[in-house]
Amino acid sequence: MRVTPASRATNVIVLVAFMLFTLVPLFGVLSAALQSPDSTPRGFSIPWPLHWENFVTAWNVANVPPLMLSSGIIVVGVVPAALVFATFAGYGLAQPRVPFGRALSILFVGGLALPAEALVSPLYYQMRDLGLLDNRLAIILPLIGLYMPFGVFWMQTHFAGIPVELIEAARIDGASSWRIFWSVQLPLARSAISALMILYFLWTWNQFLLSIALINDPLQRTVAGALGAFQGQYSTNIVLLCAGSLLIIAPSLIVYLIFQRQFIGALLQGSHR
Amino acid sequence: MTLPTESRSRAPRPRGARLRLRWNPAALLWVLPALIMYAAFELYPLTQTVRYSFYRWDGIGVATWSGFDNYVRVFTDAEQFASVVHAFVLILFFTVIPVGLGLVAAAVIRELRRGPFASVAQVVLFLPQVLPLAAAGIIWTWIYAPDGMINGFLRAIGLGFVTRDWLSDFDFALPAVGVIGSWVSLGFCTVLLLAGIGKIDPSLYEAARLDGANRVQEFLAVTLPGLRREIVVACSVTIIAALSSFDVIYVATNGGPGYQTLVPGLEIYHLTFTSQQVGSASALAVVLTVLILAVVIPLQRLGRRTG
Repeated sequence: MRVTPASRATNVIVLVAFMLFTLVPLFGVLSAALQSPDSTPRGFSIPWPLHWENFVTAWNVANVPPLMLSSGIIVVGVVPAALVFATFAGYGLAQPRVPFGRALSILFVGGLALPAEALVSPLYYQMRDLGLLDNRLAIILPLIGLYMPFGVFWMQTHFAGIPVELIEAARIDGASSWRIFWSVQLPLARSAISALMILYFLWTWNQFLLSIALINDPLQRTVAGALGAFQGQYSTNIVLLCAGSLLIIAPSLIVYLIFQRQFIGALLQGSHR
Repeated sequence: MTLPTESRSRAPRPRGARLRLRWNPAALLWVLPALIMYAAFELYPLTQTVRYSFYRWDGIGVATWSGFDNYVRVFTDAEQFASVVHAFVLILFFTVIPVGLGLVAAAVIRELRRGPFASVAQVVLFLPQVLPLAAAGIIWTWIYAPDGMINGFLRAIGLGFVTRDWLSDFDFALPAVGVIGSWVSLGFCTVLLLAGIGKIDPSLYEAARLDGANRVQEFLAVTLPGLRREIVVACSVTIIAALSSFDVIYVATNGGPGYQTLVPGLEIYHLTFTSQQVGSASALAVVLTVLILAVVIPLQRLGRRTG
């Protein structure tokens, strides 16, 4: 190796510094969450004894079970539908000779850089007119729509990369368009679809703006949206706020640590748009 | 679903007839569900945003036509204009710092690639990327608090005189929320750039070594040019995040103190839901969208040209 022990040591030191920058805030919150429940935590201290019971209090006060359930319902309402619609459309647009195919692709891609802020007021009045403001549909429906540009682009790119010979072979065997989709294309699209699924899941679970703007009742929101309300209510009780926040982010952390390879892969591919 | 028909005959036909034969309208059925959802919940609201932006409307009563007044206010109203300026300041923290540090981290991880340490570092650095941004806001609110970690640390090392309530400080609040953005984006940029380094032809590093290049020269001559595509992607994603930031700032400062950390996203939210000035909010939303496109489209061109 050309890398000398000295430069290897600098490398390790630099990397450790970056890791500390990432991890120290999280440990800071954990240490605050474990302080005595009536105390006002101070700075840079290791609490003793460790008050694990704070997590039980926060579990109840922050309504963790109903919030997880609420987020789960929103995810189930958004992700499968968005996956199916995006996959269908990506497949359709990747076919040869689609009328207005190019115009439609451009129409979808045009939505890629559009921030949710540009849509939040009209969506609010649209949902009000539909009488959905106290209903999870008020966020489920817009999210499916907002996810289409990326998903369609993503799946179209995938399907366009499949060799034509493969499809022609199936067609000569007399397979219908649906049959080709179902038994030839779909199995090949597995990894593209699962990466898209991870992205859709994360974006939905972490959705904040639309969640607080379009749903009045915090218990109907996503976990991320409920964090806003929780912080508003308990901003003075730092111990409880930290414990509750950790509980709310725990599922994302656990899922990430289990599927880290897939998560990193999906987010990286997802950014190459 | 009908079979997409291939026109096998090469015989010349009237132009119109041939086009009709070669088209595959059945494919449109596949696109229809996505198109309906996209049209109903993104394209339609977008047209409404543009429409509202030309009216004075409180969201309930009668809207009155106001021409370009709302657009003029985006640039003349101190608060609204400040929000746009802040969004661009945040690019320093959301984009420049994480991409810069990410380059360093990626180069370092490349040299350490044999150890398990490098892969652990990747997983750790990437972690903030999967958390809700609102959670990042809450975590850092405590870190920055008057009795929080940063001030505690400063007191411990004898720098008690520089302690302050960071998020309520007129000069430091914007950089402070900016650092939260750096914290979120660093791992993303690192991992993205690292993947790019993996695609660089190893013989280029070999050649640089034979030429006697030191690490800095090697980085400038091989790594940096090889990463142009990845740098463009990292910049695009993080610039969009900076210009349309909302979650972190809503939670950490809600725009304060005064309007020192106000950003367009937050101003749009306040104008719509607090002060019921839907027209103003919409004009700002249109300006924000145009600004994002004006920055991202040239960047993407750059990426495509070199990639």
